Amino acid sequence: METPEQIRDRLLARFPGAGVAVVANPSPAAQHSLALDAAHAREIAAWLRDDAELRLDYCSNVTGVDRPDREVVETITTAVPDPAGGPARAAEQKIKRTQPGCLEVVYHLYSMARRHGPVIIRLRTGNRTDQVALPSLTPVWRSCEFQEREVFDLFGVVFEGHPDLRRILMWDGFTGHPMRKDYVEPDDYEWEPTPHDKILAKAKKHYPTEPAAPGGAAEGAQP
Amino acid sequence: MITSDPLSPAPGARVRPVHDEFHGDLLEVSMGPHHPSTHGVFRMMVTLDGETVVRLKPVFGYLHRNHEKLGENTTYLGSMPYTDRLDYLCSMTNNWAYALAVEKLAGQAVPERAEYLRVILAELTRLLNHTCLAGFLLQDCGASGTPLMYAFREREKILDLFESLSGSRMMCNYQRFGGCRVDPPPAWLEAAGRLVDGYGAFLDEYEALLTGNEILMARTQGVGRLSADLAVSAGVTGPMLRAAGVAYDIRKVDAYGIYPRFDFRVPLGDHGDTYDRYMIRVLEMRESIKILQRALHEIPAGPIMDPKAKLRGFRPKPGEAYGRIEGPKGEIGFYLISDGGPNPCRYRVRAPSFVNLTILEDLCLGHTVADAVIILGSIDIVLGEVDR
Repeated sequence: METPEQIRDRLLARFPGAGVAVVANPSPAAQHSLALDAAHAREIAAWLRDDAELRLDYCSNVTGVDRPDREVVETITTAVPDPAGGPARAAEQKIKRTQPGCLEVVYHLYSMARRHGPVIIRLRTGNRTDQVALPSLTPVWRSCEFQEREVFDLFGVVFEGHPDLRRILMWDGFTGHPMRKDYVEPDDYEWEPTPHDKILAKAKKHYPTEPAAPGGAAEGAQP
Repeated sequence: MITSDPLSPAPGARVRPVHDEFHGDLLEVSMGPHHPSTHGVFRMMVTLDGETVVRLKPVFGYLHRNHEKLGENTTYLGSMPYTDRLDYLCSMTNNWAYALAVEKLAGQAVPERAEYLRVILAELTRLLNHTCLAGFLLQDCGASGTPLMYAFREREKILDLFESLSGSRMMCNYQRFGGCRVDPPPAWLEAAGRLVDGYGAFLDEYEALLTGNEILMARTQGVGRLSADLAVSAGVTGPMLRAAGVAYDIRKVDAYGIYPRFDFRVPLGDHGDTYDRYMIRVLEMRESIKILQRALHEIPAGPIMDPKAKLRGFRPKPGEAYGRIEGPKGEIGFYLISDGGPNPCRYRVRAPSFVNLTILEDLCLGHTVADAVIILGSIDIVLGEVDR
């Protein structure tokens, strides 16, 4: 099978202006992947499926990956000239920068006709909050239907052009996306029947506030 | 008078008559989640025209516990027992798929004896799963009790083997990264050999009862036809795919483990109907018996764990890997991303029954409700892995 670099070169020749980049995988598995830009993703996917050489007719696995915002420390070295006329001194300056996160959708493609694979493609959203739309690849591979619904459900990626985009594992009234790294689960305080210490303090937050009794004393309050 | 759009999803479990001049009398029925034919807590919202299915939407998630999040919050080794709970009939193959993915991620070698043990246990699991499936399928057809009990009798014999080896009948937790957990004594291998040698006779008996049975043929032939094109596009794998006539068996394609050493055939179906799906599984069991006999005969002595393998404090280098094997239900794969820490940064399970359910509606349209039950049975789902 062609290497990801060869596939990238053919894609760039076929789709001028499309963003295709090889993402290296340093693990011994060496399954390198292709990052595609969202605008051309569906055309490229259809081409990958129909190309006589590749014939990637089988999309095995679709999954999301959450890449939260990261704080990166960059070290910039600048040469400071010595006022006394000696050799320039190197000054190091550390800059903290927040690298914006994104949501990533990974597709593992195989070919049943040519019996090779995997070719891995990744699509990335603009950010994790308001630009979370990506083109759906369900029109290209039917197997994406439920798996994209799962990514929508658990990660919150909105697939444009999906025929039936609803939650699939969580219930319809659920809010939030549990597979995101910053998801905070609802406070579950009921797991201990006789709370004490920290758990008691946590549980007290959920106790109903006592209504004031007409006599002045709180109703039901035990001495 | 039109009361509502008959094809809109209706929440809640209820029977709702839909009257409209175009659709006649449509009836919306919620089958499940507590229904014996749904093999677990699975719900089908079925719209019926008379007895014919005109629309079917599967609803699941009742058993969802966010297995993948659990995997991200546990060490690599800590996830191994959780994989037993995915497809709880086939814990040995789940273990193997996960171990294979981690071994790919870390570049871990596996000793020869462990490879043989993996093949033996995976093929025993295939026998177990397909036997159960045949029993359940016949139960769904209305053959109450007898075939299922025959199947379960044989299944117990395999589970006894698993229990004596791993300590647990179904939650085996047996594979490790770079090998297996326990070395079977020679007596175990002999017992497995006796079981395998007798399995052909059981299959003959079972087939004599069922394969040529007129009622079974009438109920399953031509029911739920799956075309090869749709099967490939929808990512259907395993016996369902091969029943549709596509020769794709990951044991042959990926040649993982030591499968290339074994001589076995990949049975293919002609019509892609429910009968073919039953038949393919019977034929696959016969091929599994051949693999098992040879593996049990050839298994070498030696270590079962790679001495360099690290289980506790295991931290693979950053990177990612997708490992897959041919499970009894289809392609079971694990996708792992490591950031160098003790826990995986992303842990994804590609569950075969979850993807195979995609085409449930396509198979059921135009058939009766009773046929929908059989079609679902022939897809072979386990909700533990659908819902994860």
